Amino acid sequence: MRVVRNLLATPEGMIGFVLIAVLALVALFAPALSPGDPLRIAGRALTAPFTDPAFPLGTDRLGRDVLAGIVHGARTSLLLGLAAACAAPALRLCVGLAAGVSGGGGAPGRVGAGRALPTLPPFLLALAFDSVAGPSVPVVVLAIALGAWADPARLTRAQVLSVRERDYVASARVIGMHPAEIALREILPNVLPPVLALSAIIVAAAILTEAALSFLGLGDPNVVTWGSMIAEGRNVLRSSPFLSVFPGIALVVTVIAVYLLSEGLGKALSDREGAA
Amino acid sequence: MTMLCAVRQLSVTYRGQATPALAGIDLDIHAGERLAIIGESGSGKSTFARALAGLLRGGASVAGNLHWAAGDPPRAGRDIGFVFQDPSASLTPVLTIGEQVAEGARRHLGLSRKAGQAWALAMLERVRVPEPAKVLRGFPHQLSGGQRQRVAIAAALAARPGLLIADEPTSALDMVAPAEIVALLGDLVRNAGMTLVFVTPDIALASGFADRVAIFRDGRLVETGATGAVLAAPAAAYTAALIASHRDLATPPLIREAGR
Amino acid sequence: MTLLDARNLGKRYASGGRDVGALDGVSLTLCAGETLGLAGASGSGKSTLARVLTRLVPADGGTVRFDGEDWLGLSGSELRRRRAKMQMVFPDVLGAFNPRATVAPVIEDPLRIHGILPKAGRGREVAALLDRVGLPASYAARSIRDVSGGQRQRIAIARAIASRPALVVLDEAVSALDVSLREKILELLVALQAERGIAYLFVSHDLAVLAAVSHRIAIMDAGRIVETGPAAGVIGNPQSAAARALVRAVPRLVIEQEDRNAV
Repeated sequence: MRVVRNLLATPEGMIGFVLIAVLALVALFAPALSPGDPLRIAGRALTAPFTDPAFPLGTDRLGRDVLAGIVHGARTSLLLGLAAACAAPALRLCVGLAAGVSGGGGAPGRVGAGRALPTLPPFLLALAFDSVAGPSVPVVVLAIALGAWADPARLTRAQVLSVRERDYVASARVIGMHPAEIALREILPNVLPPVLALSAIIVAAAILTEAALSFLGLGDPNVVTWGSMIAEGRNVLRSSPFLSVFPGIALVVTVIAVYLLSEGLGKALSDREGAA
Repeated sequence: MTMLCAVRQLSVTYRGQATPALAGIDLDIHAGERLAIIGESGSGKSTFARALAGLLRGGASVAGNLHWAAGDPPRAGRDIGFVFQDPSASLTPVLTIGEQVAEGARRHLGLSRKAGQAWALAMLERVRVPEPAKVLRGFPHQLSGGQRQRVAIAAALAARPGLLIADEPTSALDMVAPAEIVALLGDLVRNAGMTLVFVTPDIALASGFADRVAIFRDGRLVETGATGAVLAAPAAAYTAALIASHRDLATPPLIREAGR
Repeated sequence: MTLLDARNLGKRYASGGRDVGALDGVSLTLCAGETLGLAGASGSGKSTLARVLTRLVPADGGTVRFDGEDWLGLSGSELRRRRAKMQMVFPDVLGAFNPRATVAPVIEDPLRIHGILPKAGRGREVAALLDRVGLPASYAARSIRDVSGGQRQRIAIARAIASRPALVVLDEAVSALDVSLREKILELLVALQAERGIAYLFVSHDLAVLAAVSHRIAIMDAGRIVETGPAAGVIGNPQSAAARALVRAVPRLVIEQEDRNAV
């Protein structure tokens, strides 16, 4: 596809894509790369990194393998990010499209809800939801998606309203195109680029939010995540900083990769529109 | 005729473009004349205007020379005034008209704030904006397109430049305004002894006021000369085609019978 | 035969400030196969009238009879079906075409939507339409972005005539084009009218363009029609101030030096 080619042509797109691909592969093959339960006690506690070939990144206070934690944590983080990124745009595209296509007076309820929600920072929203419903991966995903949908919904609506005024949409109406077809063929593809770019940021934010939730002990205790690893390492930060630093680095790299990919995607998609 | 600027072999290529926007332009600009640069889209006429004014986008590669009679290249705003096609582009929405018109004068003539406002008022009167005192305190969005363009002209002339370059100043406006804007420019220029370089795709519009015309096509200068001479007896086939394709109210209609 | 009969159309704009583009009791008629030129300065309401007639913008009052029916009373799928008979060509500006479109669907859409031909025959019709507007059939595969301004307007015209309309509304359809291209497009429009009996409502601020193609001309000013009549009559002997201003505004080729210095 031309978009993918354009994406890989930009340096950001290339680096972001490669990094994400590596992360995805790590996440996918986590059980193969690091067999067994990452939360099991594997060796001596607090082994320093780069000393024992069996535990290249060391072990934590309970003797759990840090590398195993990173590898399996990648799974959770990426899964979560993806899930949130899919749930959020699905929510907001529907709401935004409906609100925009029906026009200003069409959906006051939905848009009103959109206006009310973002008064709470997405993280706090996730926090509240999580506290009420109890920590588990699906709850966390839903909480993040709920917190993340409102802003993009407004962006989508604004984009739709702007595109709706263009002459080519008027032209579609004049030739008698059905409103649903207009929404899908004329409006949606031209609304997507900024919304997609925002998606990537949602993914990054989701990963960070999940890490924060886990850090606070509100994540799912049955899975290992980078956030929970950082929380674990907090207690021995002075003596064994590597326990928090490695998952921290993993987080940073992931988020940067996602941002780079979104930058590249934004460039690739806008190149398609070109200078008219 | 004293020379204001001798353009020699001017070539401009924008970054990323294969074909040059301008190729080897040789043109004399005489002091005090009204010169019309005429061409269709893609002819390079806007590029020429911007090259003269030093307003080319970064990354454009320029070859050739502009030999200015004064020696040094003219300073933007002081020696050259520029009127853009879109009046909204040259006026900022957040400052009052008075502040914007006075800006050039204050910066280059060192006027105080009060003197600048008085100057701006005088300029607005000269460009025949209705209710100049009220407009002075108002904002661009409160004016119509034609009025905004007059204000833009006032701002361009504020520092009394010797050369005024207008890049299709009437293309973005509806038809009723252009003749007046053109007449205004012609008057101002003649009264102040300024030189006017006017870019337009409309040969008839140019014929109404220009002393000389220069016909551009695909980045090249096709023909130049006194307006009457060029229009009466065009040397180039392209010029003849441009003249022939002009349609005014006297041109016979395309439909067979008018009225039923 | 009266094709379009609009009576007392009104349109107010809710946003405060100047009542620009509003309509105030506008009435006009159009016969089959004729061209009515609608002239006016910006803000006179001519574009609003075009959009009210094509049902892009709702009218606040008035009636329109089109092709024997109450045009404003139609809605939903009824309206969409009838739209085949009234088409529009938009000004050739940045937003006139979907930037992601290719030429073929732009012309094929009306054929498909109105079931004019089965799928098999549509490709041939698209090629025939392209040919009729003076473009090679190979253009069907091109992206809209790879087509020049004048060619885009030809495609717009092909799209407008595809559904075999009785009336095409042209809104400043040639204003953004170079003068030489303009002439060719106007010639195409006149030829199509002679061939297919299409009526045109031609909206423009440029009286010279209207003089070239109109049988009758209506002058708009401040939301009203202030003058109507045969084209030659309105241009040769303008009665209203608005008409006189529009006539004065058309640049004339000035060859003699004396006439020039008088400016």
